[in-house]
Amino acid sequence: MAILEVKNVGKRFGGLQALGDVNLSVAENSVHAIIGPNGAGKSTLLNCLVGKLIPDTGSVMFDGQSVLGRKPYEINQMGISRVFQTPEIFGDLSVMENMMIPCFAKRDGAFRMHALESISNERDIVGKAEHMLEEMKLIDKRNMHAAAMSRGDKRRLEIAMCLAQDPRLLLLDEPTAGMARADTNNTIDLLKQIKEERDITIAIIEHDMHVVFSLAERITVLAQGTPLVEDTPDNIKGHPKVREAYLGETQDAA
Amino acid sequence: MDAILLQILNGLDKGSAYALIALGLTLIFGTLGVVNFAHGALFMIGAFCAVTFSKMLSFSHVVIDETQKDFLGNPLKVDVPYLYDWFGQATGDAIIDWAVPLSIIFTIPVMIAIGFIMERGLIKHFYKRPHADQILVTFGLAIVLQEVIKYFYGANPIPTPAPAAFAGSFDFGALLGFDPNTIIYPYWRLVYFAFAAVIIGAVFAFLQFTTFGMVVRAGMADRETVGLLGINIDKRFTIMFGIAAAVAGLAGVMYAPINSPNYHMGMDFLVLSFVVVVVGGMGSLPGAVLAGFLLGVLESFASMAVVLEFIPGINQIIIYLVAIIILLTRPRGLMGRAGVMED
Amino acid sequence: MFGLNKKDFGLMVIVAILALAAPFILNPFPEGSAMAQFNAGYPDLMQRLVIFGIFAIGFNILFGLTGYLSFGHAAFLGVGSYAAIWMMKLLTLNVIPAIIVSVIIAGLFSLLVGWISLRRSGIYFSILTLAFAQMSYALAYSVLTPITGGETGLQPKYTDPRILDGALEEGQTPRANLFGLDMNQGFELSLGGWVFTFNAGYYLAAVVMLIAFYLSIRIFRSPFGMMLRAVKSNQQRLNYTGLNSKPYTLAAFVISGMYAGLAGGLLVAMDTQVGAERMFWTASGEVVLMTILGGAGTLIGPVLGAGFIKYMENIVSKINKSVLEQWFAFMPDGIEDLLITLVYPFVGKGWHLTLGLLFMLVVIFLPGGLVEGGQRIGRVFRRRDANADSVESDAAEQRKPAAE
Repeated sequence: MAILEVKNVGKRFGGLQALGDVNLSVAENSVHAIIGPNGAGKSTLLNCLVGKLIPDTGSVMFDGQSVLGRKPYEINQMGISRVFQTPEIFGDLSVMENMMIPCFAKRDGAFRMHALESISNERDIVGKAEHMLEEMKLIDKRNMHAAAMSRGDKRRLEIAMCLAQDPRLLLLDEPTAGMARADTNNTIDLLKQIKEERDITIAIIEHDMHVVFSLAERITVLAQGTPLVEDTPDNIKGHPKVREAYLGETQDAA
Repeated sequence: MDAILLQILNGLDKGSAYALIALGLTLIFGTLGVVNFAHGALFMIGAFCAVTFSKMLSFSHVVIDETQKDFLGNPLKVDVPYLYDWFGQATGDAIIDWAVPLSIIFTIPVMIAIGFIMERGLIKHFYKRPHADQILVTFGLAIVLQEVIKYFYGANPIPTPAPAAFAGSFDFGALLGFDPNTIIYPYWRLVYFAFAAVIIGAVFAFLQFTTFGMVVRAGMADRETVGLLGINIDKRFTIMFGIAAAVAGLAGVMYAPINSPNYHMGMDFLVLSFVVVVVGGMGSLPGAVLAGFLLGVLESFASMAVVLEFIPGINQIIIYLVAIIILLTRPRGLMGRAGVMED
Repeated sequence: MFGLNKKDFGLMVIVAILALAAPFILNPFPEGSAMAQFNAGYPDLMQRLVIFGIFAIGFNILFGLTGYLSFGHAAFLGVGSYAAIWMMKLLTLNVIPAIIVSVIIAGLFSLLVGWISLRRSGIYFSILTLAFAQMSYALAYSVLTPITGGETGLQPKYTDPRILDGALEEGQTPRANLFGLDMNQGFELSLGGWVFTFNAGYYLAAVVMLIAFYLSIRIFRSPFGMMLRAVKSNQQRLNYTGLNSKPYTLAAFVISGMYAGLAGGLLVAMDTQVGAERMFWTASGEVVLMTILGGAGTLIGPVLGAGFIKYMENIVSKINKSVLEQWFAFMPDGIEDLLITLVYPFVGKGWHLTLGLLFMLVVIFLPGGLVEGGQRIGRVFRRRDANADSVESDAAEQRKPAAE
């Protein structure tokens, strides 16, 4: 069953047709990768899914409900969490506080005026945040300034923050961009572990073929704003059209 | 019709001042990325350059004039400006009469020097600091500058007349075929408008046709790239700041006859000029100029008796009202670009 | 205790002691001594210290936590003042209704201004708030004269209706009171050369300030306060974490507007008059200054900043030439004249020059304000203490990496 249905989505910026006619369906509890060369429209597509952009045509359905016209926070409350290319965390806050904010968002919704309550009295929130930090092996750094952490730790924290909301769909935007090999492998292992332990759908936009083929169960290849082909990793590897449009170049380069 | 024309004309001189200050603010913001709350103070210092220069021209020494007697029959002591000694009385008088326009020559180097000192001594250290810090430190500087001026020149406005040749008014009505004396406009305000137009034209030409200007424009569009090209940005920043200071100073010098310089005129203009910049669109030079004139003229329309009868008090708030409406309907101002000053 | 942790409770106690003992603390010099002009223990100034403290505490909830720099908060203070004076004219000279209504009206006005201004951020937000404040100021001066008294401002008169109090006799001066306790009332305590003044109005204001301060600690330590800091840190992440930043910032804006209204109402309760000039943009700039000078985003900073600026303003601006001459009289004539010439521009009417310089110095060298300054000094001392007994452990520390 598809949890995310993208139908006939098109988006134009002035003279540039960023997305042509995108049809895409992400099955529940799968890991779905979207790949494509630079300028293929991957980021535009992602932004249409999370409410940052509104497509000109088509529809985006999440779990049977349209996400179009909803604000990013509303879409998140529906159950879609997003991990950014460069980790977006609350740099001025402590790691523990970073972890508590999504816990509050999960429990209290988009806004609650809890101005005279004390954080230390929120036992369930504190407990949940500590639990998540432990799971992500960040508990030692709980009082650290989030901005002072290493990039790999920031990435872990960001993923942990997303998971704290128990999302149904986790969207990852090039999660290993700019990472060293070791960090990349750690991230792959982390994502594999997350997939094993939870009922979660993961959609990943990625450049790095190593990451894509290690994780994905299905792959959509995007080129010039339209999906070229969608198939299993094995079939994608051998697909002549894909080799021509995309893989050929990268493998030559590598 | 004639009333409308008159209001447009009336709005032009204030609009010119807004446009010139806003132009400098935008230059500084666009190139250096600094929000300069001390820019109004530079305008004010410009006006006081006119005051200072007029005073310097009339430096005099005492001479005993045997031809004139006081009521006791003693020879009268008369102050004779040094200029009389050097150029004779007629030329000397003419020079003193033309003190305000002449002080432009004096103002330009003074303002550029002040600009350089400000940029090297203070602003430079704030490029990387948050905008709030920039606002606050320049706000502090503005207070200091205006208090220093107050200390030396006193709190009262100092009348600084325009040359006698421009003392009268020009009868536009007669020229355009309306009844005479319906649209009269002081010559000096006409001069001010023309002067502002020349300065604005010169700044735009400088940015358009010189290599230096090209780099500056490129820097306004994309600071990082220009930095990566290995162009010595620092030196250009300093020069840009000097130019912006000079523009503000010139706006002030020529404004002295319209509004007698006082120490707080900078702050009065600054608040409005900031509104102008934001309405025009942060970082857009044409936007700053357009919005300057637009708001100047609108303000003058709002002061018409007919309008005030309908909406009392509108002249006091029109600029702010327009600013609010424009900011809400056009988030980036009239001609602003995306992504400027939004973080 | 009271829902505060140990450290916050300690801070609260210190502030409470300082506020309640202010008549002693601010009057350290005997009457008639050369230093007596540095005494700040007279009611008018003490009231201002705590009232502007409230204003700055509220402003800090907006600026310190969310980072939204409002340049128009004086408008809310002004609106609060006008509301209070009208309550005194129409209802009663008791200050309680006046203060409550001033908070409500300022809250409603800030809801309107905030709802519009918060559609934009960064400098656009600052300019929008500035525009609203300047409009309020201009209107209060001109068209709204029937409500605001225009240039002359407003005072309660004996002819006012005052439904609850009944009419005053002709020529009687209306005085603000708290259930009959005159706000101007006080008693003086003479101890040796010292005279301490205890004033009813000051103690009312101080108690209100303590409540305001307590509430601000609670807000800082609440989940709501954490969300506000998250707004300042990364609004994008907040939105993608399912939280709507708009109502959070708007709530902070309204709360700070209500604090401003409270300060405005108290100003009227202490000194029953209002003029439009307290809405001018320089007044808005002043509260920014107080918050920054003390330390934006810290609990105690705004109180310190407000106290410091109001104290300096009153004291420094009172120093004139003859006072300077008195001070430097012991020096040889030439040096005395030189010193007076050097110092004179910065005191008396030159107070603003000192303020501007001080402000620049703080922003340049101490962006965290007085609180950061205090912390730095504290750290220096602690290090010195620690150095004495930690030489050995330091040495052990140094050996460690080699062993690994």
